[in-house]
Amino acid sequence: MTTAVLFDNVSRHFGAVRAVDGVNLEIAEGEFFAMLGPSGSGKTTCLRLMAGFEQPTGGHIEIFGETAEGVPPYRRSVNTVFQDYALFPHLSILDNVAYGLMVKGVGREERRKAAEDALAMVKLPGYGTRRPGQLSGGQRQRVALARALVNKPKVLLLDEPLGALDLKLREQMQEELKSLQKSLGITFVFVTHDQGEALSMADRIAVFNDGRIQQLGRPEDVYKQPKTRFVADFVGSSNVLPQKLCQRLGLKSPSASLRPEAISISTPWDGALSLSGTVSAHSFLGAVNRVVVDVDGARVAVASPAALTVPALGSPVTISFAADELHPMEDA
Amino acid sequence: MTAFAEPLVLPERRGPAGRLSDFFWKHPHLLLTVLLAPPLLWLGVVYLGALFALLLQSFFSIDDFSGLINYEFTLATYRQLLSEANLDIILRTVLMAATVTVASAVIAFPIAYYAARYAQGKWKVLFYLGVMLPLWSSYLVKIYAWKLILAKEGILTWIFEKLHLLWLLDAWLALPVVGGNSLSVSYTGTFIVFVYVWLPFMILPIQAALERVPGNLIEASSDLGGTPAQTFRHVLFPLALPGIVAGSIFTFSLTLGDYIIPQIVGSSRLFIGQAVYAQQGTAGNIPLAAAFTVVPIVIMGAYLFMAKRMGAFDAL
Repeated sequence: MTTAVLFDNVSRHFGAVRAVDGVNLEIAEGEFFAMLGPSGSGKTTCLRLMAGFEQPTGGHIEIFGETAEGVPPYRRSVNTVFQDYALFPHLSILDNVAYGLMVKGVGREERRKAAEDALAMVKLPGYGTRRPGQLSGGQRQRVALARALVNKPKVLLLDEPLGALDLKLREQMQEELKSLQKSLGITFVFVTHDQGEALSMADRIAVFNDGRIQQLGRPEDVYKQPKTRFVADFVGSSNVLPQKLCQRLGLKSPSASLRPEAISISTPWDGALSLSGTVSAHSFLGAVNRVVVDVDGARVAVASPAALTVPALGSPVTISFAADELHPMEDA
Repeated sequence: MTAFAEPLVLPERRGPAGRLSDFFWKHPHLLLTVLLAPPLLWLGVVYLGALFALLLQSFFSIDDFSGLINYEFTLATYRQLLSEANLDIILRTVLMAATVTVASAVIAFPIAYYAARYAQGKWKVLFYLGVMLPLWSSYLVKIYAWKLILAKEGILTWIFEKLHLLWLLDAWLALPVVGGNSLSVSYTGTFIVFVYVWLPFMILPIQAALERVPGNLIEASSDLGGTPAQTFRHVLFPLALPGIVAGSIFTFSLTLGDYIIPQIVGSSRLFIGQAVYAQQGTAGNIPLAAAFTVVPIVIMGAYLFMAKRMGAFDAL
């Protein structure tokens, strides 16, 4: 397995602001890698460090084994799909797509053909003569994608590429991006603040907060076993059990996560753990009822199948779950 | 319905101002007419009308013997305009305007680029102040100040002398056409003062155009493999071109029409503006003066037409 992008203790400080603070990551060739986090968490700065728009103030970056520090963006075989597409307004769509080939000195006829092929790949054949201003947001997004891919980059960086699209288009583009990445075999690094997008598309996810990676792993692991309270809150909807409940359940960790779907309102079966409390709220969500149980002041959400009857508010209940569904976390 | 409920439609506003508001709300076109009529009248009748009357004069001729204007349509004045001496004046002025424009654009671009891309907060204020401040002081004072600066006994000669570079200045002044006895009586001096006086009119439009170029376009070009020189040529320059053209309209036309700078600083050879001044004032040849004023108008028209054909306004 070749390493496409390597971050070794990389920092990017702007004065007193630590936008990126000691990040380590290793992205494999051909991987679909997502960087997930709220705005200001450092994910976009990491992307800009890969593209070369920013230089690290500390640490070491390698792209396909080559040192990236001090290498300007125009000498990296890395291309970016910008958040608001950054298409050149004074050039036709074809010239936009062919731009990368033009500045590299590829002949006119050859680059026209390559650009038309790239436009066909993103399902916009015959749009070459139009101007960016004449296209819809979704179409511009595809042009931006074609303009990056026509250069056959080793790593494609995508900065919230779907953020400006409406929901339906976004879901469609998610599938297309995924299949495009599979067929091209190019390493995709994807920045998003939408955990659903990251979970559904990525091979691996790095969850960012305050310039640091909180957790890095496969989507299932990040979702089911959040390591910190931040990840539990930001990715999915896990319950965070406080230390006193952890102690009661035999854990030494300062807190633990427990997914609502893993809990049932019933007496414990063999090997299961249980807690008792009172029902403090419930709401109907379609396939499930969300029941909030108050356990000694800690609110535990339970996703109860809609077929089961919901206990009345204030009634005492016992909630049970398999022992391996309880995951200790690092912070309180 | 309770007795205290607000009525759905509020009563009409009282007073003339209120009635006027209601009236204009009902007749929005009338408001536009009222607002636009005075400036349109001024522009249409007073300004364009006067210009038209002036152009009309150029088709009359002057009786060489009596000095009276002959109000018969003729092209004789234009024939006179195209005489060798007068063509000299036109060529001299156009060349000066062109070099002043190119030099202004070259000097203004980096300044405008810095102001648009990097200057923030108090630096931006300082930039505007620096660019605008010369415009606040009297035009004549500035030109006479330059005459002193450029004079043989002036500070510029003194600086060259202290730097032991007087030979350089002398070599430049020894050149034909651009040289002369001193900078203040050479075309070089005229050129320097023109560039100084019109530079703000070039900086501001370029700065406005560059400010509208999103920073990520420059990053995108770089990301796609464009070196800084290629990014300038293929992205930054085309997008700044409308601003450069706008600025060049100012510098070019202002130079074409100015008659004070070449009179105070420079050789005694005439520019178009001076020719107009001399013809209509001293010589009383209003038809020829009018014909001279047609020249800058035609040149500017041709210039804008060419700029449009070359796509200078495509990015607008």
